[in-house]
Amino acid sequence: MSRAPLLSVQNLSLAFGSHTALSGLSFDIARGETVALVGESGSGKSATALALMRLIEREGGRLTGGRIHLEGEDPIEITALDQRRMQQVRGNRISMVFQEPMTALNPVMTLGEQVAEVLRLHQGLDRLTALRAAHDAFERVNIPEPARRLTQYPHELSGGLRQRVMIAMALACQPDLLIADEPTTALDVTTQAEILALIKRLQTESGMAVLFITHDMGVVAEIADRVVVLRQGQQIETGPVEQIFADPQADYTRTLMAATPKLGSGAPRPLPGTAKPLLEVDRLSVRFPVTRSMPGRPGLDYHAVNNVSLTLRPGETLGLVGESGCGKSTLARTLLGLEHAAGGRVRIEGQEITRLTAHELRPLRSRMQMVFQDPFASLNPRLPVWDLITEPAHIRAPMSRAERRAMAGELLERVGLEAEAMDRFPHQFSGGQRQRLCICRALSVRPALIVADEAVSALDVSVARQITDLIARLQKEDGVSFLFISHDIAVVERVCHRIAVMWAGQVVETGPTEEVLRNPQHPYTQRLLAAVPVPDPARRHDERPDITAPEAPKLLLPSGEAPAPYEMVAVSDEHFVAARDRASALLIGMPPAKRREAGAGSATSRGVSASQLDRV
Amino acid sequence: MLNYLLRTALRMFLTFFVIVTLVFFATRLSGNAIDYLAGEGMTEHDREILIRYYALDRPILDQYLAFLHAFLDGNFGLSFIERRPVIDIVFERLWPSAQLLLSAIGVTLLVSLPLGVIAAIWRKHWLGSAAMIVAFLGYAVPNFILAVVMVLVFSYWLNWLPVVGNGTPLHFIMPTLAMAGVLIAALTRFTRNAMLDVLGQDFMRTARAKGLPEREVIVQHGMRNAAITLLSVIGLQVAGLAASGSVVVESIFAWPGIGDLLVSSAIRRDYPVLQFGVITVAVAVILINAAIDLAYAWADPRLRHQLKG
Repeated sequence: MSRAPLLSVQNLSLAFGSHTALSGLSFDIARGETVALVGESGSGKSATALALMRLIEREGGRLTGGRIHLEGEDPIEITALDQRRMQQVRGNRISMVFQEPMTALNPVMTLGEQVAEVLRLHQGLDRLTALRAAHDAFERVNIPEPARRLTQYPHELSGGLRQRVMIAMALACQPDLLIADEPTTALDVTTQAEILALIKRLQTESGMAVLFITHDMGVVAEIADRVVVLRQGQQIETGPVEQIFADPQADYTRTLMAATPKLGSGAPRPLPGTAKPLLEVDRLSVRFPVTRSMPGRPGLDYHAVNNVSLTLRPGETLGLVGESGCGKSTLARTLLGLEHAAGGRVRIEGQEITRLTAHELRPLRSRMQMVFQDPFASLNPRLPVWDLITEPAHIRAPMSRAERRAMAGELLERVGLEAEAMDRFPHQFSGGQRQRLCICRALSVRPALIVADEAVSALDVSVARQITDLIARLQKEDGVSFLFISHDIAVVERVCHRIAVMWAGQVVETGPTEEVLRNPQHPYTQRLLAAVPVPDPARRHDERPDITAPEAPKLLLPSGEAPAPYEMVAVSDEHFVAARDRASALLIGMPPAKRREAGAGSATSRGVSASQLDRV
Repeated sequence: MLNYLLRTALRMFLTFFVIVTLVFFATRLSGNAIDYLAGEGMTEHDREILIRYYALDRPILDQYLAFLHAFLDGNFGLSFIERRPVIDIVFERLWPSAQLLLSAIGVTLLVSLPLGVIAAIWRKHWLGSAAMIVAFLGYAVPNFILAVVMVLVFSYWLNWLPVVGNGTPLHFIMPTLAMAGVLIAALTRFTRNAMLDVLGQDFMRTARAKGLPEREVIVQHGMRNAAITLLSVIGLQVAGLAASGSVVVESIFAWPGIGDLLVSSAIRRDYPVLQFGVITVAVAVILINAAIDLAYAWADPRLRHQLKG
């Protein structure tokens, strides 16, 4: 760390119009070092990244002061370069990986072309040599079948693979500095773990410096050597990662740490007693036709949800966790009667709803409400708040304007907003406040169940914390049940009495939160938990076992066929795990290490072979 | 792929059938052809014979079925006036119309693509505003006014350009501009919007972060994406122009194309020619649209995937 810094930022200030985005930021990065730039939205962390690339002028901002010095064979002062000189630096000496792998690649150019473009530009390679080099770049970032990828387009790849392509592109010219702006935020947690490991490995190989921008303290602990904490454009604290986590100096850093959910910090106790369930889901299946059948060729169906069984008791919160595409949102939509069930039953307060017509379902709708992920898109911008949040109640039983306003006042106070806010419009509220409005709207009809689909995922950690606290309080007051859908297991742990882990359209494990997290049985649950970044630099991933992915059952099947059935086998009174058959059920209850010894390994959930059973 | 083509073909056939039906009934609403045919000196008896000859005394539904039947046989009838097969009359007008249309489309693309891109990139600069003013002018001036003004200035006052016919390249200038006017306005606006959409996309920032010069960012990454959006718009606009623009412009300049033919046959109540002319234009529009749809699906890798599947 005593080496001369590769990049030295001194007193950097940035502005968008008259708004100061950043003032007086200073930090250094040495070769081979990773500095994490941490902060919540509006902290100026992304603006900093754009400034280092001098792309900020393009986005409507400008540098208002300070220096950015890049060491190397040809030392340069970035703030003083013109755009032409800067073009030789971008993608060559400094390169960047962005947050959104789905949109950061050009949809109409092949991946090979996109990577080769950088090489042609900065190294003057001809097209063929550049494509060959792109192939090698794909290999370096462990993209399977690199030759085939060269001619593929972005939409043909998963988010994780696209991010690998982005990294291959960024590293094609062996830059001195890689800026990674929330590169794993849009990815599933297991994919995130892979990408973080990849960046670390490449850094060790090439000795490049990394500036890692993130809001996630877990990721910081996972990857950073030093940390810079930003808040509203101000540098709050800087220091080695161990020190920041063990002994944060600034109040804000401490608040941020406290708000960061930590896996293993305790879950709500399961509700006592055997109250009659509010919601019973019995072997529910949902499938979508993908192609219609033609003479001589059966159609294909996508089995989004297979034989899922769940129960939810009054006043309980059930956490539904799983990665994108696992079927959790489809399941939620089916529970609300928005999607047609292909098989199985859903009962709410004892009444079956799967066979009801839209008309028959209407009186039941007010018993179930939903809160969505994006608080910006889910509120009509043209309606005043009082109208917005009492609309469901007004639809159910028409009310006078005065009644609606009175109700709006009560609702707003219940969620911690001022009653005076009822005449304002959604755009006058922050993200967290809007999510409170969405909760108000759901509460207006006094529902028995609220489905919260990734309701806190788009919020900053401190705001998310307030919303989950609000949910807990409302539940205590009202006894409303929540189905809390999230990909963030640490958040789920904090709010959910019970948990259901979803994978490939199935619930693979369910039980009291504490028990499932402490003693995961299904290989997928184990893998998921192992991938969650731990906000503790002393427990980095390289010291933890890597668990390979279980082989997922096929969900795209010819019409008439169904995915292989499975059973839920009891681990304890309330803890159940999915098993293909009786044979694999034998292995359940054994600690993972013992099971690996037994030969079944944690690598497969597809039952065990005869020889493996012999060894049991 | 086969599935896609089959569905497209079926859809095209249905559209075609609806058009044929509409054309048949619509032409019958325009009055009695015999009055026009017969002229002054014809007796009541002669009228009777003519009416019977053209089966105009039979119920309209019978006429319709007979019409469909003849149509399927490839018998499109004779012109009431010229006594020649309508297919000959209409088809000899096709090529001049196509020439005019192609030259109008060519001019439009040459003008509005650069104008639209400029308007998008320099949207806060006077250059961008100037580009949009040119485009709005095109919207504001209807093609028949533009045509008449051009004739007045370039032919009547300056005597530079010929007005009537299609004999020389000089004959193309005014009809082409008259047809391209509205199209340029529309396409410039669409190009600007498509380009503005693309300029805000994440991958444009990626391209700049690679170190590409701005010109290449715009051309390689921006225009390639905007072109896909534009393709579908161009299809619609061209189809609209083929149908309506040619009628007005060809009549004004006495261009021996299909639009001119439609107007004169309508005035003369030459049903067979009118019917077949309208149907020919409709078929051309359907074909252009289908071709553009295919091209669109082919140009966008995300759709090409489905096409192959």
